Amino acid sequence: MIEFKNVNKWYGTFQVLKECTSSVKKGEVVVICGPSGSGKSTLIKCVNGLEPFQEGEISVDGVSVGAKETNLPKLRSQIGMVFQNFELFPHKTAMQNICLAQIKVLGRSEDEANTRGQELLDRVGLGDLGYKYPSQLSGGQQQRVAIARGLAMDPIAMLFDEPTSALDPEMINEVLDVMQQLAKSGMTMMVVTHEMGFARRVADRVIFMDEGEIVEDATTDDFFGKPHSDRAQLFLSKILEH
Amino acid sequence: MIMLGDFDFGVIVTALPYLWDGMQLSLLLTGLAAVGSIFLGTLLALMRLSSIRLFQWIGAIWVNFFRSLPLLLVIFWFYFLVPLIVQGQVDAFESALIGFVLFEAAYFCEIMRSGIQSISRGQAWSGYALGLKYSQTMRYVVLPQAFRNMLPILLTQTIILFQDTSLVFVVGLADFMTSAVTVAQRDSRLVELYVFAALVYFVMCYFASLSVKILQKKMHK
Repeated sequence: MIEFKNVNKWYGTFQVLKECTSSVKKGEVVVICGPSGSGKSTLIKCVNGLEPFQEGEISVDGVSVGAKETNLPKLRSQIGMVFQNFELFPHKTAMQNICLAQIKVLGRSEDEANTRGQELLDRVGLGDLGYKYPSQLSGGQQQRVAIARGLAMDPIAMLFDEPTSALDPEMINEVLDVMQQLAKSGMTMMVVTHEMGFARRVADRVIFMDEGEIVEDATTDDFFGKPHSDRAQLFLSKILEH
Repeated sequence: MIMLGDFDFGVIVTALPYLWDGMQLSLLLTGLAAVGSIFLGTLLALMRLSSIRLFQWIGAIWVNFFRSLPLLLVIFWFYFLVPLIVQGQVDAFESALIGFVLFEAAYFCEIMRSGIQSISRGQAWSGYALGLKYSQTMRYVVLPQAFRNMLPILLTQTIILFQDTSLVFVVGLADFMTSAVTVAQRDSRLVELYVFAALVYFVMCYFASLSVKILQKKMHK
């Protein structure tokens, strides 16, 4: 469903993505990991066109992301995205956050949007907090609202960009639990994360990136069992020690 | 008639209805000019921050042009030169209003520009990621937050605008200042009227600034 073909991206003269090629099938959960600065967040932001790339091709459900004639807003409305810093709209309540794009992009009525919003808030365990503003919610609660906001658009895939990196340790699990349920329900997911326990439990495949390259692209069992590259082995030995 | 030395309060009391008419015009001009120039200034700010070169240039030229001219000249310009260009009479109020909007927009542009820049890039990203278009992301996500952050400075600039409206004196528009001058000269009571005018401007602007400060404190809580 999501295809990358020889994607190259530069910031000025610095190459952040090098010949990235991979794909994500419908219903698949793919975790992208790697040291910081390896280009994993950049790669995932290329999928919905938040970051432009200079060479190669990315397509989502057959639609080319980089093509000039592509209606990016329409494509993005079909791909949910969750950010490291939640990025809820601070001037809107949780429910308004979830309803805004449903109304303005999908053209749903306020009632429809609210009904769908309430369903999703219930699903992420925040059914009675829709009236609160983001500043009145904990980090974990904010991130769950952000997930609900993405799901409200009935996306065909969800992108997660380090969804738990900004959270206090005791709040990480509540977010990972929601993501795990989502994976079980058959959602296509790309997840940039350092949570290797989550990767092991939930991911179908793991992509390991280093210095802008996809170094390893393997099934979860293979990746944790016998990573081929030295760099992935080194990374795993560092991150799994604790 | 109350007398305090040579100071004749009675003159002011008698002139109050006339001065009040002038104050209404001052406030109306301030209000309309503020709304117009904040709107135009916001558009200019978006242009300056646009990725399209042409828009950046237009915004930059506008701001630098109007910030390099005395406001008085702009008011003159619209009152005396525009009629020559359009070959017809222009209304003093309308021409002053247009002059103020174009001039003040340059200042409001810079305020809104820093307001927009104070909103993290992630906010716009999350708007786009939901499928909102640029215009929708600005309207529903970025600008409401930028306005809120900049509200104290926008209000402070509006207070300055209110003081500047006294410049319409030069085109004979009967604002509060002009009305005070008219009465002062008609009744030969310069001291009373100018002291009174100063007092009115001072009290209004001082308390307006004070309210802004209180608002600012509340916002930072």
